Amino acid sequence: METKHNRLEIRDFSLYYHRTKALEDISMSIPEQKVTAIIGPSGCGKSTLLRSINRMNELIDGVAVEGEIRLDGEDIYGRNIDVVELRRKVGMVFQRPNPFPKSIFENVAFGVRMGENGRAKDNLDQVVESSLKEAAIWDEVKDRLHRSAMELSGGQQQRVCIARALAVEPEVILMDEPASALDPIATAKIEELIFRLKEKYTIVIVTHNMQQAARVSDFTAFLMLGKLVEFGATDRMLTNPGNKLTEEYITGRFG
Amino acid sequence: MSLQRKKFRYLGESLIEGNIKATASLAIVVIFLILFFILRESLPIFFNPEVQQEITFRHFFSGIQWQPVSDNPRFSLWPIILGSLKVTLIALLFAVPVAVAAALYSSEFAGGRLKELIKPGVELLAGIPSVVLGFFALVVMASFLKDLFGWQIRLNAINAGLALGFAVIPAIYSLAEDAINAVPKSFREAALGLGATPWQSATKVVLPAALPGVSAAVLFGMGRAVGETMVVLMAAGNAPLFSFNPLESTRTMTATIAAELGEVVFGSGHYHALFFIGLVLFAVTFAINLASHALFEGLMTRLYGARK
Repeated sequence: METKHNRLEIRDFSLYYHRTKALEDISMSIPEQKVTAIIGPSGCGKSTLLRSINRMNELIDGVAVEGEIRLDGEDIYGRNIDVVELRRKVGMVFQRPNPFPKSIFENVAFGVRMGENGRAKDNLDQVVESSLKEAAIWDEVKDRLHRSAMELSGGQQQRVCIARALAVEPEVILMDEPASALDPIATAKIEELIFRLKEKYTIVIVTHNMQQAARVSDFTAFLMLGKLVEFGATDRMLTNPGNKLTEEYITGRFG
Repeated sequence: MSLQRKKFRYLGESLIEGNIKATASLAIVVIFLILFFILRESLPIFFNPEVQQEITFRHFFSGIQWQPVSDNPRFSLWPIILGSLKVTLIALLFAVPVAVAAALYSSEFAGGRLKELIKPGVELLAGIPSVVLGFFALVVMASFLKDLFGWQIRLNAINAGLALGFAVIPAIYSLAEDAINAVPKSFREAALGLGATPWQSATKVVLPAALPGVSAAVLFGMGRAVGETMVVLMAAGNAPLFSFNPLESTRTMTATIAAELGEVVFGSGHYHALFFIGLVLFAVTFAINLASHALFEGLMTRLYGARK
């Protein structure tokens, strides 16, 4: 597989929650315009690692980090980093669809409106339309843009949330088990979408579902008890794991 | 195993259930008894010819004077309705921004320790007896404001409104804080994840999401303000003037009842008139509660979509 430029570099990264070490010395490179999956048993720290990439863990009291995560060469935990700007570059889609109690239009326009000056706000209509199209939800909502987003089904809500993230024009999109609250049909739609989005974006996805990792990702990181056990191309790792633990996990001997 | 129900198996549960039902109904019964009592004391104005020689419904809405104990008594409700409106409006103009801002601050920005100080602190304000608040407004605040702004009249609608504001801040704060706190954490995460600042997240996402609850809190505060008696009785100067000027003394409906009912001749026109004021107050409070409910439902539908 051709390797592209590495967009994200995680170097000796550790995270403490109060005194407990939740992530330990993790190092991995996340290539651009690829989908990288993070898998592992419950509580292994996969969501924590994902949320470290846009510094969402800071919302929790008692979190401290060591090591570095570089986005295009710049340490995001560096002293002069504007965390608001970071989050505009690194978008996030959450486990449960969480549209705001606003209209569909206002949901998608939100990030643009919050920007300091951002792009001209007069082409907001256009931004909303193209983001919704990119998230493959435009046809389903184009006639009800000004109705509450809460009226949509879970799968539609999640795609609106993806459109909302895309509207800010991020470089990296973090997805925290984006389909775990959805039914199989809605899940298939999200996976198709992820597959198309990697043409433009670098995607990191947390999943507890091995088949999903196999379907959507190019690279996979296997985490256990806060440590990175193995990282490599998904095809190779799922067919020919290099580590005994990985093999046991993907064959379902523990979960 | 038999599926036959054993005798008395659910006896305990049905006893408890009946008990709760009785207690709940009692509250409703009491409300209706109060309403019935007020109606009974105020309706003679409409039906009793003897009373009507002294006062009829027409008197309430003609003229602009409330002078129930003069040789030529006048019973116009306009000055005291206006007084209630004026004082309530001033109280809300002061209390709503303070209470809502405090609620937003303590739930969105204050750190753990500070938050645990603010909430009980504000709620402690609710424990101050209104007579103490009224005394403070009468003796301390009125003089202070008069000197500060060079007012002609010490006890006026602004003085009473501010004091009344202090009385309703805890109620509005407490309900608004609950509403803001109940906004799911996921909305805040989504907002911050999209590159909103904490201030934007609080004002553009959390507060709008809590709007149904916050507006219900404001209307609840309004109901309290309309019904509060002691503070306005002491701080407003108690002159039933028909005036839109907030710097003049005023008197509210509640203060009128409180001040006059103790000395009124039982069964007189004046006596029945005071009960009619009570009926008006009852209707106003009821209307505010209904409006609050309608506003809450309307906003919920607009924000969160039609309930399935």
